[in-house]
Amino acid sequence: MLTSILILIPFIASLIILSVPARAAKAFAFGASLIAFVVALVIFIGFPISADYQYVLDYSWIPSLGIHFKVGMDGISILMVLLTTFLSPLIILSARNGENHTPVFYSLLLFMEMALIGVFVSLDGFLFYIFWELALIPIYFICLLWGGVNRVNITIKFFIYTLTGSLFMLVALIILYLHTPNHSFDINYLYQAGKSLDTRMQGFLFLFFFLAFGIKMPVFPLHTWQPDTYTVAPPQGTMMLSGIMLKMGIYGVIRWLLPMLPDGVHEYSAYVMWLAIIGVVYASVIAITRSDLKRLIAYSSIAHVGLIAAGIFAFNLQGLQGGIIQMLSHGINVCGLFFAADIIQNRTKTREIPQLGGIRTKAPFFATALMIIMLGAVALPLTNGFVGEFLLINGVFQFSPYMAALGGLTIILGAVYMFRAYQRTMLGETSALTEHFTDLTLSEKAVFIPLVLMVIFIGIFPQVFLRVSEPAVMKILSGMP
Amino acid sequence: MNTLIILSALGVITLFAEIFRFRKALFPIILIGLAGAFAATAFEYCDNPQPIFNMMIFDKYGVAFSCSLIIICFLWFMMARNYFLQETSVTDHFALILFALVGAVVMVSYSNLVMLFLGIEILSISVYVLAASDKASILSNEAGFKYFLMGSFASGFLLFGITLIYGATGSFDLMAIQHYAAASNSSTGILTIGVLLMLTGLAFKCSLAPFHFWAPDVYDGAPTTVTAFMASLVKTAAFGALFRLFYTCFAGISGQWTSVLWWFATLTLFIGNVSALRQFSVKRMLAYSSIAHAGYIAIAIVSMSVTSAQAILYYTLSYSIATITAFTVLYIVERNTGRNDFGAFEGMAKNNPFLALVTTIAMLSLAGIPPTAGFFGKYYIFMTALNSHNTQLVIIAVIAALIGVYYYFRVIISMYFKPEKSDIPASIGSLHQIVLFITTLLTILLGVFPDWVLRWI
Repeated sequence: MLTSILILIPFIASLIILSVPARAAKAFAFGASLIAFVVALVIFIGFPISADYQYVLDYSWIPSLGIHFKVGMDGISILMVLLTTFLSPLIILSARNGENHTPVFYSLLLFMEMALIGVFVSLDGFLFYIFWELALIPIYFICLLWGGVNRVNITIKFFIYTLTGSLFMLVALIILYLHTPNHSFDINYLYQAGKSLDTRMQGFLFLFFFLAFGIKMPVFPLHTWQPDTYTVAPPQGTMMLSGIMLKMGIYGVIRWLLPMLPDGVHEYSAYVMWLAIIGVVYASVIAITRSDLKRLIAYSSIAHVGLIAAGIFAFNLQGLQGGIIQMLSHGINVCGLFFAADIIQNRTKTREIPQLGGIRTKAPFFATALMIIMLGAVALPLTNGFVGEFLLINGVFQFSPYMAALGGLTIILGAVYMFRAYQRTMLGETSALTEHFTDLTLSEKAVFIPLVLMVIFIGIFPQVFLRVSEPAVMKILSGMP
Repeated sequence: MNTLIILSALGVITLFAEIFRFRKALFPIILIGLAGAFAATAFEYCDNPQPIFNMMIFDKYGVAFSCSLIIICFLWFMMARNYFLQETSVTDHFALILFALVGAVVMVSYSNLVMLFLGIEILSISVYVLAASDKASILSNEAGFKYFLMGSFASGFLLFGITLIYGATGSFDLMAIQHYAAASNSSTGILTIGVLLMLTGLAFKCSLAPFHFWAPDVYDGAPTTVTAFMASLVKTAAFGALFRLFYTCFAGISGQWTSVLWWFATLTLFIGNVSALRQFSVKRMLAYSSIAHAGYIAIAIVSMSVTSAQAILYYTLSYSIATITAFTVLYIVERNTGRNDFGAFEGMAKNNPFLALVTTIAMLSLAGIPPTAGFFGKYYIFMTALNSHNTQLVIIAVIAALIGVYYYFRVIISMYFKPEKSDIPASIGSLHQIVLFITTLLTILLGVFPDWVLRWI
């Protein structure tokens, strides 16, 4: 019941907000998403350390087809839900006044939060697919209506690209469904059906699923939609996409792909990991050469996600646990970075790094907050990024030391592009554009402070989160349904 | 049977409206009559239907499709009333529509090939006249004439096929043909030729490629309201007839014709979707999209699975409802701007958000995006096909659906453009408002609760 309340809060709010006056829309959306966060936090604090699904609601939705509205959470789901509900109010708060943000904008954001939570708690294949697709519609409209230059072509490319993966996943889900003995979409029956298939069939279905998850993450070479879309989307859209939405792909791998098609995973995991590792190096190198701040962060995101993908497909405790904690860290860091890029663009009207400089002297608070988030992004010890990347590289190392060596480059290359960007924007002489740079306003501080605190908190106390997900991860590794 | 009597009587009453001067009251009478026909049809729903003179049988399939047709017709009347009341004579056209509905009901509940032919002719002749009903327009005249010529050809094929089947089996009765087809093991012969000729004739009516060439011109030339009728009700009836014939009679010899229909479906999916990409006119785009949707429905027929009937019923209903929404909006846009290209939709989101919202949902449904009915329709077709191991066809359909997203989203994108000047009205007639509200609500509700439709068959 608690799980469905988590879905219902943003859903109902997204409908009510359409009748709220435009002035109060932002406050209303913020309040609603904050309530959802409080509920998620309460659930998290009292969450039992167990491998079973908690707070399960099972309602027969389409009885003749064995489709259920079945939601529930295990240790992995609750962390994802916590991330979603933690970032959503901050993203809503980060929306600037006076940028034509009608109630529809906030309604779409809330609707998207609903769909994302739904993806993370679905225990029925059909329901999962519905939420998966539902998350795509609001972000498409957010990008189309509030996006930047050339948004029409870029957003339709994004939509069709991701829908391609989704439809193939749907085909794979239906094939699995038809293999269940009593035709059911229940997650446990799908697990059984998937495992009972022969290796060839599992490999075939693996590719279908991987297309959907790989595009969403995105893994090299399926990433071509990502930099353009992140750049053209409005800041809130970018934060939603990078902070939460790409975790759908990783979560999908952990929840659906790994336990369901073990032989297929075994068959293809080395290939996927090589692709992911190539993506890490490739994206890092490109990030170094970018001068557009938003594009640089977009490519850095591909690099980080590549390492997460490699760690997860290594299929051991360290890799999976690292992947999960890194999903939280990456969500927090990338949201902070994109918000910083938005602040710089808003004040200086440019995102070109060479035109900036010396912001630190004008805005010390901003520079300090950004510094901490960047340290998290380059995985300095005692920050959140370190925990995740350490575990991930450890996990990959157990699979193949060469991959770990190459993947470890992400830390070095990451430091190169991050610190170069920091040096050229924050330090040095002020340019004509940054001369009148003002420090953070109150609401901007309210966004940054929780993010910065979480960077440090996860860095020092990762166990708070790791211990919750560990039983669920062990269950996946043991291959028990 | 009561359905046919009520509908025919309603048609005759409509014809008298001109003479006895109750034209003003005609529209409510028709709506009440249709509601009565719906109730009468639903009342006939039972487990052991009795054939009527071995000609008709209102089994679950027939009743469910008839109900679906009546619902579509009801919505269509609400959409088209203003056009016929304001711009042409109302009584004869409404009577034609009602007789076309009679033909459609016959087409989905026949148990004898003679009734199939009669149903198709009753429907077609009414629609030939309707397509040409805008007498002043050359395009409309061309559409009517073209439709008549092509339709006559198709009827010829159909009749030839019926003749050959009669020659082989010695009967027009579906059950007798079924027994003969199940018993015969011969792979070639007069029966096969008859089956393929009938398939050709019905493919014309369903606008399946390569027999689709008449469709774009006829859909484009006919008045928009009539096009909506052709794209929704006529298509539903044609597929209802096609599936009934092939599932009842020729399931036993499916090896001889499914491969042909497989190619029809593949060609239709590609020709429909790719041609729709390159259109400038929304009306023509919807015409090609209507061809493309025929391809998806054909997949369910190729599959010949136990769920095929449900899949076709659900798909035709959901598609027809979204189509009526789309054509209602197109009609409003055409009337107010005088254009029907994509540019005419610009500014809609600003001037009339309600219209933009319903169009968006209709387009999402046609494109097959959850949670709309169009998504579940596609899902169910895919499931039906995969159940019969038609994986290749499903992959083709997935690719076709992805192409489809592009042109449906072109409409959505145009609506959110903000031109300097837009003629989209801020308010629309209350009747149109009601019909748009109902169709949009149905699109969402059927998408979330598909069991409401599926459990009837």
